[in-house]
Amino acid sequence: MHYCGANREILLGSRIQFNSEDSQLMSKIDNSKRKFLKTSAIIGVGVSAPLIFTNAHAAYRNEPKGSTVTFGFNVPQTGAYADEGADELRAYELAVQHINGEGDGGMLNTFSSKALKGNGINGKKVVYVTGDTQTKSDAARASAKRMIEKDGAIMITGGSSSGVAIAVQGLCQEAGVIFMAGLTHSNDTTGKDKRANGFRHFFNTEMTGAALAPVLKNNYGTDRVAYHLTADYTWGWSQEGSIRKYTEAMGWKTVQAVKTPVGAGDFSQYITPVLNSGADVLVLNHYGKDMVNSLTQAVQFGLREKTVNGKQFEIVVPLYSRLMAAGAGEAVKGIFGSTNWHWSLQDAGSQAFVKSFGQAYGFPPSQAAHTTYCQALLYADACQRAGTFMPSQVGKALEGFKFDGLGNGPTEYRAEDHQCFKDVLVVKGKENPTSKFDVLEVVEVTPRAQVEYPASMLGGNLGPYNNG
Amino acid sequence: MDAFLLQVLNGLDKGGAYALIALGLTLVFGTLGVVNFAHGALFMLGSFCAVTLQSLLTLERVVLDPERLTAWGTPMEIRTPYIVDWFGDFGMTLIDWSVPLAILIAIPIMLLLGVIMERGLIRHFYKRLHADQILVTFGLAIVLQEIVKSQFGANPIPQPAPAMFAGSADIGLMLGFAENAVVYPWWRIIYLMFSGVVIASVFAFLQFTTFGMVVRAGMADRETVGLLGIDIDRRFTIVFGLAAVVAGLAGVMYTPILSPDYHMGMDFLVLSFVVVVVGGMGSLGGAVAAGFLLGILQSFASMNEVNSLIPGIDQVVIYLIAVVVLLIRPRGLFGREGVMEN
Amino acid sequence: MIKFNVKNKDHILLIGFIIVVALAPVIFAPIGAGYPDLLQKFAIFGIFAIGFNILFGLTGYLSFGHAAFLGVGSYTAVWTFKLLTMNVIPALILSTLFAGLFALVIGFIVLRRSGIYFSILTLAFAQMSYNLAYSVLTPITNGETGLQLALHDARVLDGVFGVTRGEGLPSTTLFGMAMSGWSGYYFCGVVLIIMFYISLRIFRSPFGMMLRAVKSNQNRMSYTGLNTRPYTLAAFVISGMYAGLAGGLMAITDPLAGAERMQWTASGEVVLMTILGGTGTLLGPVIGAGVIKYFENIFSSFNEGILMDAFSFLPEMLQHAVVSITGLFVGEGWHLTLGALFMVIVIFLPGGLMEGIARIGNVTRRWLKPKPVATTEADAAASE
Repeated sequence: MHYCGANREILLGSRIQFNSEDSQLMSKIDNSKRKFLKTSAIIGVGVSAPLIFTNAHAAYRNEPKGSTVTFGFNVPQTGAYADEGADELRAYELAVQHINGEGDGGMLNTFSSKALKGNGINGKKVVYVTGDTQTKSDAARASAKRMIEKDGAIMITGGSSSGVAIAVQGLCQEAGVIFMAGLTHSNDTTGKDKRANGFRHFFNTEMTGAALAPVLKNNYGTDRVAYHLTADYTWGWSQEGSIRKYTEAMGWKTVQAVKTPVGAGDFSQYITPVLNSGADVLVLNHYGKDMVNSLTQAVQFGLREKTVNGKQFEIVVPLYSRLMAAGAGEAVKGIFGSTNWHWSLQDAGSQAFVKSFGQAYGFPPSQAAHTTYCQALLYADACQRAGTFMPSQVGKALEGFKFDGLGNGPTEYRAEDHQCFKDVLVVKGKENPTSKFDVLEVVEVTPRAQVEYPASMLGGNLGPYNNG
Repeated sequence: MDAFLLQVLNGLDKGGAYALIALGLTLVFGTLGVVNFAHGALFMLGSFCAVTLQSLLTLERVVLDPERLTAWGTPMEIRTPYIVDWFGDFGMTLIDWSVPLAILIAIPIMLLLGVIMERGLIRHFYKRLHADQILVTFGLAIVLQEIVKSQFGANPIPQPAPAMFAGSADIGLMLGFAENAVVYPWWRIIYLMFSGVVIASVFAFLQFTTFGMVVRAGMADRETVGLLGIDIDRRFTIVFGLAAVVAGLAGVMYTPILSPDYHMGMDFLVLSFVVVVVGGMGSLGGAVAAGFLLGILQSFASMNEVNSLIPGIDQVVIYLIAVVVLLIRPRGLFGREGVMEN
Repeated sequence: MIKFNVKNKDHILLIGFIIVVALAPVIFAPIGAGYPDLLQKFAIFGIFAIGFNILFGLTGYLSFGHAAFLGVGSYTAVWTFKLLTMNVIPALILSTLFAGLFALVIGFIVLRRSGIYFSILTLAFAQMSYNLAYSVLTPITNGETGLQLALHDARVLDGVFGVTRGEGLPSTTLFGMAMSGWSGYYFCGVVLIIMFYISLRIFRSPFGMMLRAVKSNQNRMSYTGLNTRPYTLAAFVISGMYAGLAGGLMAITDPLAGAERMQWTASGEVVLMTILGGTGTLLGPVIGAGVIKYFENIFSSFNEGILMDAFSFLPEMLQHAVVSITGLFVGEGWHLTLGALFMVIVIFLPGGLMEGIARIGNVTRRWLKPKPVATTEADAAASE
């Protein structure tokens, strides 16, 4: 389980050479440096020899040798997204139960791939370790490293922000384990910053733009003037770019796009300029707490009662989180947005998942819970089909994998960028909720064909798989 | 012009909040000399007084309806607040007014909390190093915060203002502008007036009562007042309680503007220290003035015109002002010599 | 009876320190901390806190913005990897230098004030750095995502020396030795020992005496006609360079630099580490850093399953009760434990953990020999 960087490379000739630059570097080392390396290697061995031998014949990082295989669930447990993280963890626990054949099996019953038999993966029971990302890149990476270096995790999954997802994805690439992204919506995760070892089930801002624009057109017309308030970080810009791209293509004008500091709390100084700007739509490219505050305050400023240019003023929240939207209370009613999944969906997969989650915990799962549950299942299934946990093999099994029955209709893991392509839900804040979980209603399921884009559009380079 | 006026209003409103938080902090920090990192937590606890009252008022009777099932197959729950059962429409009104009503429970609760904190913990730290005060109050803030999180979760909890104040006031019309040119939400206007009233009461209390006189004397020279046979310690306990009440009230009334969550205290902590120091240590008026000054300048810095001139100025304006003020005036705007300079 | 003089005691301290660093993987394994990443963090934050202590512990100037220097060090290191070479030596040197320069500029301004005014000035500069790095400076810092390596980075020096490019992302090396895993830890450990030794020498030097004099009474120092500013500025820059070095090491063991490293909470963390361990003591800051990082990484990882296993010897009813109570303090509740720990330590051990260690030392010594001679010595050690 413990592992010894370069030392291991020298001691064990058997390392699979996926990271070829390392080996080329090695050959360049002259003799004196080699001597130094040897001494340091000996120190290393002296300290961790017994641990190294357990891993001596591993073909890849953290190859499971016993009767179990370890997953690493890296979710926010403190900070603003702690509740979302808790929901992800609930879903993971459920997924592990279902993979190991406990409980009612959930979406395994509806999943189109029947490789998993409810007896673990490749004959090994799944066990898991957990950690706190704190929604900070450093903390998330430290936590993932602990799982990899100390607990021997074969796969890392989870998270509730794009910055963290990209940071942990980079780490997993370096370490040679698979990363199954949790809730991350920025284009960059499977665009500019994509990595071979990383996979995303969640949708992105590009898909949100493509799915939301037609609905906005049908409801608000093509002659609209939009004002954007954008959270000043990568996800916010990504979101603003996508919405502008698609709304401007159908004839909307963008009068102003203002960046707001993350965690501003009081947004009044950004909202009042909207009042007399001539805009008749306000787009809030905010998520989480920022979204709750900016939306609540925009409604307090009477924006929704205004008529501008002879049209009713409207507010749009491109990315919804039901957990967070509840924090905005009445303010969300009638406001359009998009979501990856919603528990009110009526397909067999969604119903099976809501049933097993609801019975276990007494309330319906969030979209964060759904995407992480799917990710755990998809990873397990790929390992079973590949017959191994080796990242390059598992990755090959996921690439181009077409499946159904996980709540989003027919879905494909595109080989070129490791992004899932599936239908996107356009939702609206519900006018007459029947319970505190009943915040959103699905107004349209935008078919997959409409949100697809060429992989080259977002740039980036997967690079080769790393098996550690 | 109307945009300008609106930003002045925003600034005053923000300034009201900053001034209220800083006022409590400066009572403890600028005058008792305790670096209280738990002050943000007091603000947060105040807002959770409102949350608690709301959840008490909306305690629900749960009846299972076996006819209808939830999506996961258990009987649907029909929930009615007890208070509506008992009082009908009056019950609904009580729920609607839960935020203003929370002031009534926040005052005794915060006073009690403040007194307990001072008696149980802070008073043993008057003579300790500032570093120790930081560590102990920061620890306390985390503990308080985590207790709230375990009870109420991490997500923000909406606290709507009474329906009566939901709309906006057309201030422009009163000042001779066109209709709808300058509208401002009623609740924010109320918050501004409320902060004015609280600030005035605190000043009146310290200025015009014997108690206040002794406290002010104690701030200036604690030892001499002690030698006069006056029990200054007991009075300082009450000052701490007062600071907690002011912070708590600021929190209660702010909830309709900012849905409270367990972490909000930490978000305001740094800012409140900056306000107090810019105002000057040991000066109550300074804290209030600095609160409004920073609020207004922050609003102006966020205007598109300013921001396009100096990108990112709205993100740093508060700290920039702090630097400029402290470099020009060594003790902040109205600071007294010798307070917390070592 | 061997009477130790200060010099001998320092040697013993240093040797002990080296032994602990060398054997850390074995020593910390039983408490679950014996893996490379956490030990790297112990070393890196140890360096950060040692440097902070040179400023705060000696001069009494409480900086609330030291994380900015750590951030500058990290960004410099990653840019060195991107532009020059994956070898860590240039990155280490440049990150220390840049942080030192940054500290010189900021120190020159903020040291015009003392006490709380100084603290707020440092805080303001650090928060400005953080906010700008997060937003406007994104071309340099890559904003929220953090600065990362890319396949097409220039890496000029590597090109000159003919290091061939692989297909994947390169990793940081010390002349071919990878800087992740155990070799990364030992690299950090060696740097930690060197920095600890330097701090020890500063504490014992006339310069260190001068700084302590500033702390005890700056006015008196000024009345003697001595300008204290150059001394405090030197201490500020040195501690800024320590922070930059720590930031550089963070990027070396894990080539990523994020803005949140500069946030006030990160500055606050090093303050807490130092006070928790014992302000002004040599060893205290390192211990404080270790304790806080241990809680963050290990306590947060205990979930219900682990607790159930741990208490499986209890009868089932009791097991559930115990698990639900302890569950409040670990896993997602690890913050609560940390907060409570801060309070308990500062209430009962005003000198931080080092005072606790000194007290234990006293008790054992008194226990071993009937005559209490060593008290004053232990006190001296505690107040170092």
